[in-house]
Amino acid sequence: MPGKVVTITSGKGGVGKTTATANIAVALAAAGAKVVCIDGDIGLRNLDVVMGLENRIVYDLVDVVEGRARLKQAMIRDKRLPDLSLIPAAQTRDKAAVSPSDMIRVCNDLRPDFDWILIDSPAGIERGFRNSIAPADQVLIVTNPEVSAVRDADRVIGLIEAEEKGPGYLVLNRVKIELVKRGDMLSTEDVLDILAIPLLGVIPEDEGILVSTNRGSPAAMDDKNRAGQAFRNIARRLKGEDVPFMPLEDNKNFLQKLAERFTKAG
Amino acid sequence: MSSFFDRLFGRTPPPSARTAKERLQLVLIHDRTDLSPAILETLKDEIIAVISRHVDIDREGVEINLTQSQRENRLVANIPLLDAPSGGRKRRK
Repeated sequence: MPGKVVTITSGKGGVGKTTATANIAVALAAAGAKVVCIDGDIGLRNLDVVMGLENRIVYDLVDVVEGRARLKQAMIRDKRLPDLSLIPAAQTRDKAAVSPSDMIRVCNDLRPDFDWILIDSPAGIERGFRNSIAPADQVLIVTNPEVSAVRDADRVIGLIEAEEKGPGYLVLNRVKIELVKRGDMLSTEDVLDILAIPLLGVIPEDEGILVSTNRGSPAAMDDKNRAGQAFRNIARRLKGEDVPFMPLEDNKNFLQKLAERFTKAG
Repeated sequence: MSSFFDRLFGRTPPPSARTAKERLQLVLIHDRTDLSPAILETLKDEIIAVISRHVDIDREGVEINLTQSQRENRLVANIPLLDAPSGGRKRRK
């Protein structure tokens, strides 16, 4: 069965597209699928470093598009998960080096050999974004429960619907359940009311993500990491499984919470 | 300091997430429909003027709002009509 192209985009920068792409890719590959990621952010590459593959880049997407390298030469196979590969972005070029039809051609060349082709879109709504959504069979919209992120997500949803790539599927990232309970953070329900697209997953804020990026080892590889678990659930839902949404409360038990209350009050 | 006076006079500000949601809903209608608040004001005046040419209306009671549900945006006008001054029943007011 030919591979499915899934583009991860957001509008706003810094909401977690690259983290989501890396982790969803890892989760899919760990469950047995053949996955290739494409870093669509020409000139500001990051997917390589988040995945811990930055030392292995020889050729990149622009080399392939301009005929200096074949796809297989640019592809980096992850030694930890051999069914996972990355095609990195160029670092010294700009987005004009690649066109939407180039991206469609590259993805069509990849489809016979992979189950999933994940494209990490750059922030914004210009060329890099248009390149990244051109080949998409499905688009994921990553956002944070925060005013400017949601506003930008709404704009992007409008754009992809206009391109007939909708509906977007929502990945709500960096939710802090304590702030939601306090009424100081938009809840998942609030964001769904506003954006009105199907929900694919909710990722809790987790320091482990910073640690995983520091190490170049995506959190979805770690069984004990809660954000990693949320990404693994997203991967299963992408495959069509009905996975219940996990509770976002942290794991501290009652006694630990009680102890904290006394030390804070003191 | 202002929150002290708010509490003194029994006014607590709503939780900020609720404010965020209301602001977002309003700003998104304007973003999506390209209908700026300024244009909306002009639109309201023109709607009142046009309808007034054909029938008497209670200008004080006019409500014209933008609403949003799912991804559908609506301009909703609620315009109370007055009975004609000649003939008809007397207005109860």
